[in-house]
Amino acid sequence: MADPVSIQSPSQSQPLLKMTNVSKSFPGVRALADVNLDLYPGEVLALLGENGAGKSTLIKILGGVHAPDTGSIEIDGQKIQIDSPTSSQDAGVGIIFQEFNLIPALTARENIFLGQENSALSWIATSQERETARSLFERIGVQVDPSALCRDLTVAQQQVVEIAKALALKARIVVMDEPSAALTPREVEGLYGIVDELRRQGIGIIYISHRLDEIDRLADRIMVLRDGQHVGTQQADEMTRDEIIELMVGRSLDNEFPDETRPVGEVRLEVKGLSRGDAVQDVSFDVRSGEILGVAGLVGAGRTETVRLLFGADRPDSGSVTLDGQELNIKSPRQAIAHGICLLTEDRKGQGLVLGQTVQENFGLPNMRDFVRAGFIRKTEETSAFGEYIHQLQIKVTGGHQVAETLSGGNQQKVVLAKWLQRNAEVIIFDEPTRGIDVGAKYEIYLLMNQLARRGKAIIMISSELPEVLGMSDRILVMHEGHVAGCLKNAGVSQEELMKLATGTREDTAV
Amino acid sequence: MMKNQYIRVLFVDYGMVFVLIGLCVLISLLTISDMHPEDPSAARKLASSLVKEAGKDINVLIVARTTAADEAFATTLKEELENGGAHVVGVELGDPSSLRKRLELLGQQDERVDFVATHDFSSKWRVLNSSSRAEMASLYPALKNLKIAKPTSYRWPTFLTANNLIGILNQNAPIAIMAIGMTLVIITAGIDLSVGSLMALAAVVAATTLQSYLGGKDASGLDVVLAFIVAMVVCALAGVFAGVIVTLFKVPPFVVTLGLMMVARGMSYILAGGADAVKIEANSIGALYSSSVLGIPSQIVMMILLFVVAHVVMNHTAFGRYVYAVGGNETAARLSGVPVVGVLIAVYAICGLAAGLAGVLDVSHFGTGRPKAGEFYELQVIAAVVVGGTSLMGGEGKIFGTFIGALILGVIQNGLNMAGVDSYRQMVIYGTLILIAVLIDQLKKKVVKPASN
Repeated sequence: MADPVSIQSPSQSQPLLKMTNVSKSFPGVRALADVNLDLYPGEVLALLGENGAGKSTLIKILGGVHAPDTGSIEIDGQKIQIDSPTSSQDAGVGIIFQEFNLIPALTARENIFLGQENSALSWIATSQERETARSLFERIGVQVDPSALCRDLTVAQQQVVEIAKALALKARIVVMDEPSAALTPREVEGLYGIVDELRRQGIGIIYISHRLDEIDRLADRIMVLRDGQHVGTQQADEMTRDEIIELMVGRSLDNEFPDETRPVGEVRLEVKGLSRGDAVQDVSFDVRSGEILGVAGLVGAGRTETVRLLFGADRPDSGSVTLDGQELNIKSPRQAIAHGICLLTEDRKGQGLVLGQTVQENFGLPNMRDFVRAGFIRKTEETSAFGEYIHQLQIKVTGGHQVAETLSGGNQQKVVLAKWLQRNAEVIIFDEPTRGIDVGAKYEIYLLMNQLARRGKAIIMISSELPEVLGMSDRILVMHEGHVAGCLKNAGVSQEELMKLATGTREDTAV
Repeated sequence: MMKNQYIRVLFVDYGMVFVLIGLCVLISLLTISDMHPEDPSAARKLASSLVKEAGKDINVLIVARTTAADEAFATTLKEELENGGAHVVGVELGDPSSLRKRLELLGQQDERVDFVATHDFSSKWRVLNSSSRAEMASLYPALKNLKIAKPTSYRWPTFLTANNLIGILNQNAPIAIMAIGMTLVIITAGIDLSVGSLMALAAVVAATTLQSYLGGKDASGLDVVLAFIVAMVVCALAGVFAGVIVTLFKVPPFVVTLGLMMVARGMSYILAGGADAVKIEANSIGALYSSSVLGIPSQIVMMILLFVVAHVVMNHTAFGRYVYAVGGNETAARLSGVPVVGVLIAVYAICGLAAGLAGVLDVSHFGTGRPKAGEFYELQVIAAVVVGGTSLMGGEGKIFGTFIGALILGVIQNGLNMAGVDSYRQMVIYGTLILIAVLIDQLKKKVVKPASN
């Protein structure tokens, strides 16, 4: 039971799902070219590739969102036509998208059975549904109250509801698109259990993730896409991490993190006794010139809430913030920016950029005073200033007029960075700087952070990925339930030690 | 690629211009009719062609009605004929019976008349038709060769006359001016339902201020200006109030301005003491409405100036950039240091101010403060903005688009009036055309925008 790895070898059994020579073009882009995919019952197929490699398109074709230009889809050896989300569901495909499709104001049970009513007027057998929901949750191995409103559930619980919804539709093929992106490490462990359980029940799982740890842990086979091409499918245990990365990016990366040692200077930012409600309680730390301070902790530990206080996005109940020896009283982001404190938010799309505006307009937003003369914006000056950052940060855009929405995650991050650099940021706070960014672009962001530190900036980096914290930080601040659980020099610290602090199993305040 | 880009921009951003042109062409074709010129330039042409064809040795009686325009026509005609060497025996400004008497008098005096020079309208009087002319010729030898001369008629769309076009602009100027403020509000993803009522409030406030505090019929031009400013400030403050409630208390703009709409309308009636209109005795009250610049009514000039200013502000100043950013993503704007609260309050204040200006124009137009001014205007104003391509979701929209949107609605209404459609049917057609216009815009965006990955 605990050993689910009883892979039926591809040669012995009939594939559950077989997609053959699937191609899809959008105006100006060949999204997929002759891609083949097969999935066997009871296996986890990891689908890997950088952003824009075609993973989403492939999944959307399976889900009936896009129609393929060419190619065929077989389930159980039978050729079928998927031309709408409904026909995909009927064929036994359940897709759990990164953005959940749950209605926050309905209960878990109502969400699970939404759309399955016989007719709009049919009587809903509430108690029967509740029982079915409960047994579905049992099958998944996680208990969620079927009567709880979805908006009151944690992200992990909502994901369980999504999976239950797929199972209620008798899905035999389950696709999970970056299921762990918003989960805490503990919740990710729970997710592994769910995936193992589904696999044991003979369900075929397509698992998309950027995190190689998860691939190591879960995948039976690995399929890699690059630029819309299918570059290979192999048994997971036959591949090393480096080989996987090489296959994804088409070149070898010697190291995930750049090597760097810098001199660390004077204390620039000093935080004392910062508190706000239960989320942030008596948090104190400092950051020095040329230093990268990593902030580790579980989701909900109060990391984002703490930096929002520094940035003036929320107001603290108590505590003091000192910059270069001068005490600040920051009431709004506008004032924080004026003092050179800048935040690159974790949610770039929701909080970092005005997606409908051009990159140059986004760049100019906090920097209007640099470009306004006699009340009018000098657009040529703005263009030339932004042009320098395009060059300096290697932002891949067709020009300042490109709409921010159309950029990849890494390039969006660089645009946000450019606007703060123009503002002459001295303290730069990165909140999950590489979330959702592909491997190659991650490395570039790391190089930029090091470069900024070398120029004497003080950098705070919140990250939920422990390897990233360990790979980049000079010192590491660990938070747990709103408190500082410890602050460690990054020398010989192990992931396990950080995890213990983050989960509150060990108190340590050594510096 | 680059060329495609331009075509895209043309269709997506300025597609409504094509709709407007199409409408103008359509209405022009439908309103082609006989035009009978009656202006001084027609008189000049008539005089020269008459002298050229009939020679100098002619006696002419000039006939027209008593209106100012006809008088101008007759005067020009007389001068030109005399300059050309013809003899004008008289100018008869009057009606058919006075003309008959005049002709009989000339006949009795045996004063020879060769031509009656007139315009199309008077030429159709019965006294001038062929049978009554024959009758007179038999009585008086002097009238034996009497012929009618009038300016040549031609076929031309009534829609496409300077008078009509200026009329459309003039009638729609208040709505278009309010649509400027509304565009800003809608770009921030808000809405302002109070503009029509604020317009009435401004009208009534201006009127009562003039009557009760600035001396009634003794009020000078300066007092009128003062009353107008008071009215507009009241509306701007109402806008500030709405903006404060929206930003500080997070009440949806729809609800805030719905409340304000009712309060302002009620206040207007209360201030007017339940009357239909507050009388204004100051004699310079109409000056604003009736004045003109280079022959164009000043409220049209004002509207165009305001559109130009708004366009520049929205495209070339930090404030404009902030308005778009707040509408596009309020959180991102705030975290970028944009003073979101200030921007939103300013936007509602501007919208209120624009409504105030529309109210002032209404007062100057009608010469009374009407508490029912601007009824349902909020809907027409919103329609103009939406037809102009501004998204109710916020973040996008163009001032120029709103101008086009306001024109489209004005042109449709004008066309329906000319076609003699009754007002109930007008409403149905008006509404349907708004839906079609917006639908076309949406479809165009879908077709032209490349599908995303």
